[in-house]
Amino acid sequence: MMRLPLFEFRAPRTLEEAVRILDGQGPNTMPLAGGTDLLPNMKRRQQVPRTLMSLRHVEGLRQIQLGESGSRLGACLTLTDIAEDHRFRNGLTALSQAAAQVATPHIRNMATLGGNLCLDTRCNYYDQNYEWRKAINFCLKKDGTTCWVAPGSSKCVAVSSTDTAPALIALGARVRLVSRSGEREVALADLYNKDGINYIKRRPDEILVEVLLNSLHGWKSTYWKLRRRGSFDFPVLSVAAAARLSSKGVVEDARIVIGSASSRPLVAGDAAKSLLGRSLNPETIAEAAALAARIAKPLDNTDFDMTWRKRVTAEFVTYALRELRGDDMRSERESITRYHFE
Amino acid sequence: LPIEKDLPDRPAKDSPANGGEFRVIGVPRRRVDARAKVTGQTRFADDIFLPRMAHCKLLRSPHPHARIRKIDASRALAHPGVYLVLTGKDLPIEYGILPVSQDEQALCLDHVRHVGDPVAAVIAREELIAFEALDLIDVDYEILATISDPEEALATPEPRIHEYGEEGNIHKRVALEFGDVEKSFAEADEIFEDTFFYQGSTHLPIEQHAAVAIKDPEGKLTIWSSTQTPHYLHRALAKVLQMPAAHIRVSATPNGGGFGGKSDPFNHEIVVAKAALLLDRPVKICLTREEVFYCHRGRHPVLMKFKTGVKKDGTITGMHLQTLIDGGGYGSYGVASTFYTGALQTTTYHIPRYCFQGCRTFTNKPPCGPKRGHGTVQPRFGQEVQLDKIAEKLKIDPAELRLRIVEAPNTLTANYLRLSTVNLSECIRRVVKVSGWKEKFRRLPEGRGVGLACSAYLTGAGLPIYWNKMPQSGVQLKLDRGGGVTIFCGATEIGQGSDDVLASIVAEVLGINTFDIRLFTGDTDLGPVDLGSYSSRVTIMAGNAALQAAERAKELLAEAVAIRLEVPKERLRFADKHVFDSTAPEKRVPFHEAVCLAEARFGTIGTVGSYTPPKSPALYKGGGVGPSPTYSYTAAIVEVAVNSVTGWITVPKIWIAHDIGRALNPPLVRGQVEGSVYMGLGEALMEEQEFRRLPKKLSHALVHKFPSMLEYKSPTSLDMPDVVTVLVEEPDPRGPFGAKEVGQGPLLPIMPAVANAVYDAVGVRIDEVPITPEKIMKALAEKKAGRDPRYGPSHFPHVDWPEALRVPPPWEGGDGNAVNDVPRHSKPRPEKEKVLSS
Repeated sequence: MMRLPLFEFRAPRTLEEAVRILDGQGPNTMPLAGGTDLLPNMKRRQQVPRTLMSLRHVEGLRQIQLGESGSRLGACLTLTDIAEDHRFRNGLTALSQAAAQVATPHIRNMATLGGNLCLDTRCNYYDQNYEWRKAINFCLKKDGTTCWVAPGSSKCVAVSSTDTAPALIALGARVRLVSRSGEREVALADLYNKDGINYIKRRPDEILVEVLLNSLHGWKSTYWKLRRRGSFDFPVLSVAAAARLSSKGVVEDARIVIGSASSRPLVAGDAAKSLLGRSLNPETIAEAAALAARIAKPLDNTDFDMTWRKRVTAEFVTYALRELRGDDMRSERESITRYHFE
Repeated sequence: LPIEKDLPDRPAKDSPANGGEFRVIGVPRRRVDARAKVTGQTRFADDIFLPRMAHCKLLRSPHPHARIRKIDASRALAHPGVYLVLTGKDLPIEYGILPVSQDEQALCLDHVRHVGDPVAAVIAREELIAFEALDLIDVDYEILATISDPEEALATPEPRIHEYGEEGNIHKRVALEFGDVEKSFAEADEIFEDTFFYQGSTHLPIEQHAAVAIKDPEGKLTIWSSTQTPHYLHRALAKVLQMPAAHIRVSATPNGGGFGGKSDPFNHEIVVAKAALLLDRPVKICLTREEVFYCHRGRHPVLMKFKTGVKKDGTITGMHLQTLIDGGGYGSYGVASTFYTGALQTTTYHIPRYCFQGCRTFTNKPPCGPKRGHGTVQPRFGQEVQLDKIAEKLKIDPAELRLRIVEAPNTLTANYLRLSTVNLSECIRRVVKVSGWKEKFRRLPEGRGVGLACSAYLTGAGLPIYWNKMPQSGVQLKLDRGGGVTIFCGATEIGQGSDDVLASIVAEVLGINTFDIRLFTGDTDLGPVDLGSYSSRVTIMAGNAALQAAERAKELLAEAVAIRLEVPKERLRFADKHVFDSTAPEKRVPFHEAVCLAEARFGTIGTVGSYTPPKSPALYKGGGVGPSPTYSYTAAIVEVAVNSVTGWITVPKIWIAHDIGRALNPPLVRGQVEGSVYMGLGEALMEEQEFRRLPKKLSHALVHKFPSMLEYKSPTSLDMPDVVTVLVEEPDPRGPFGAKEVGQGPLLPIMPAVANAVYDAVGVRIDEVPITPEKIMKALAEKKAGRDPRYGPSHFPHVDWPEALRVPPPWEGGDGNAVNDVPRHSKPRPEKEKVLSS
């Protein structure tokens, strides 16, 4: 990896000042949170902003409000803040598990929740240094005209690789975006586009300031991540599932989200719907798993063979639903995470 | 000074040091360089900053195969801050690690052979400026057709990647036959034929290669570099720069990991040397991680076919091995690697007749070379997996089968390798016991399994890279009046602990502490030649040289002290920083006083020692690869857990026993064993130096799939299982204090043991590495469908093998020569015997 290119650095203290700096700059000025994604990308010359604007000193972006009626999570909370805070359990388990499995401890100490939600899409042909990309005459996502994953495709198919987005979508999260001209709330499920280049609806002049959650009373949730090693790796498949079960174990509400199988997290609506009014048993789980796996169409642009990723999707959905049912899944989880997981 | 004759082979128990009771050797100790390393004070090459230092970046070919029509650097030269641009014209002389493969140019003159081949260098005030200026160099390329693997190379003689070699794109073909193997197959009860594939992998040292060169005030060249072989770099620099070797100083900085990847002279080293001479200012380069993947010299991908005949009781009647080797774009150590794929099969189990055919081809990828276990790892995988299949067919426990056929110590093998101590049986027995093998093998529940494999490795290559009659390692000792001892030696500390080995041997002999010793190692100006840190040679070679130098110093001190104490010198012992009368320990002088007495008597006290390996009885052409003073042995048992739906595989535990001879510093030995297990597990489960060819009609690209530490998957600490290490210690008469190697051997059994464990767990054979969940799932599907429950290569392509050199084994009246070649007696001919070891 090369050294960083030169850039101008801004460090505003207030949100007002921050949105003023971004106003009208387009992609030339980029907000910098933990920098664990943006700075390596800059070293590879994938993004070369003229100005970086640090969010570190902007007031109010690191707060946690957890309540019976709902929660608000500041975008600049680090993933370690979330993974190590024992209040992120019960309904919020999926978020805690997702945050805890991002990259490495060192990266989680820097990386933020907002940064992980805005994570650039990834691809074997894109996440390479400048010279490598030159050797393939670049690709559609950056500086080139061909998508090497799907040469016939007019759209970039780079993969959504965020861990926290599938988890938070399963929890029904919304995000608040603030710009100089105002602010808006967007359901997280609607924040993403199925387009590896324009993968996010956040405008360059907007800052994602917080994540909003409704009450999760009565909900259980879980997150399963596939990656080759016990650390470092981005997900190449993930399953987030959340359900509200009646006292008799009947599913009253459910959400299943497949991550890292497309340019955006995929909401498995049919699979979730198939569970409504039924209890979680081997038959209903198998049915939901098959429905959920149907929408996953991984391509050959991550680690692992794409057909294998496709074939294990149902298995991962099964793990998630069995865990929601209350099965003891610790040994499966330990085998996949390669470490003892709380 | 009294100069002794060469040190005879002397069992360690007879060593005069302290009557056989050691104070330093075998005692767990803090290594001598530990403090600097754990406090971050070790100065690696990239830590060197000098006044007026300029920075170098290399422009690398974006094409896998092309002719260079023209290079125009005028725009780069005009860029502010750029001092110099070098191209192939500035460094036209070819070099290479092996005398038979002088096929590299520091900057490609007119032909690039892989993506990443350097074509120009920019030297500028800052690294970023040099990087920016790379884009200002205009290179006009004529694109050539590319070759991506050996089968394609065999089928595509034109265009040639190199103008030399056997023919077309075949770099080297060898064929050796030790006895009539066809006859041995006729005598067999069962014949097994198996094809295996071993994927290539890279070393992945944490420290990227870096070098700094200066023209010193006298006009001479000094280069600091993260190299494992300063002596060979010294020779290459003298050749390419056309300077007297005496005007070049190479100083190997401590390597942040080498594993064989820093054993070649590299283009970037030559470039900064040239630039420093031209600019008369320090010039530095530190490669990026991507560039380290392009330097490569890693594990060769090898397709191999084993045909083995056995009797019902497991006795091997004969073996025929064929290997097809993907060499990448240059020769590197490849000719030696080719021989190594066939060299060590005979060192573990008795094989009365053996035939080996090997073929290395050029491909348009970074060159392969020596990686930990050099060339022997791939066939060891095939041999040990096939043995597991044989054991199953013959219904013999795999451990029992191996115990029946283990080769005897002090044997001359079918291919004329002289074995010394062989403690493989003890390794097998110990590892079987400690792992609970008998309760586990074929008895664990579905999805759990154990696998066993064994191996052997050289303790130092018997011959140097270039033919010469000089010692392979030398040590000088200086003793000063304060009691300090300084060791000067060319041996290179690459993290393996070679400095500690030298210090411990000298400290033991002289009865002092390792921390009273100062070391100057890896520097061609400061110490006598040692050939480098490769082939597991440093402990035995530099160690024996240090032992000899220390014994000579001790002799001088003993003589002087004997006069002072008025006791016969034979009664003197050296320990606890004193020289004393063994019959009356209170009669003693402190060590520093002993030095003063000796200096008063003999003048300045300095001694030398050197080591030359014993001559090999393998006189046939190609017999230079494989001989070693002695071989280490290892047995390993791996336990796996495999998910029978997804193929997901985890390794909960590994037990490994290593025949070390003697552990000079046990924690370092265990560290090497565990490091080997770790690296082996990476090769077994995930590591791949893999290339991607984009759709041909759209692109010429043939690129490394992912030259990054994130996506080149190497295990993390979380993927590392518990390892139980057993050290088997029977001192070897050829090792210093009986020590054998440990740096490479323990890697070899890991991959086949994993494959054998997968079979025990879920009943499928994965006949290639890495063993991934995808492959296991495919094999499970085959099993379910009632077909051959296996994943692996299906065929071995046709190769036009040359007529084999026929060497009758020792028990068939052979004398080490080929019957269909001119007798080579005991003296290799310099012009032919250039293909030597690494």
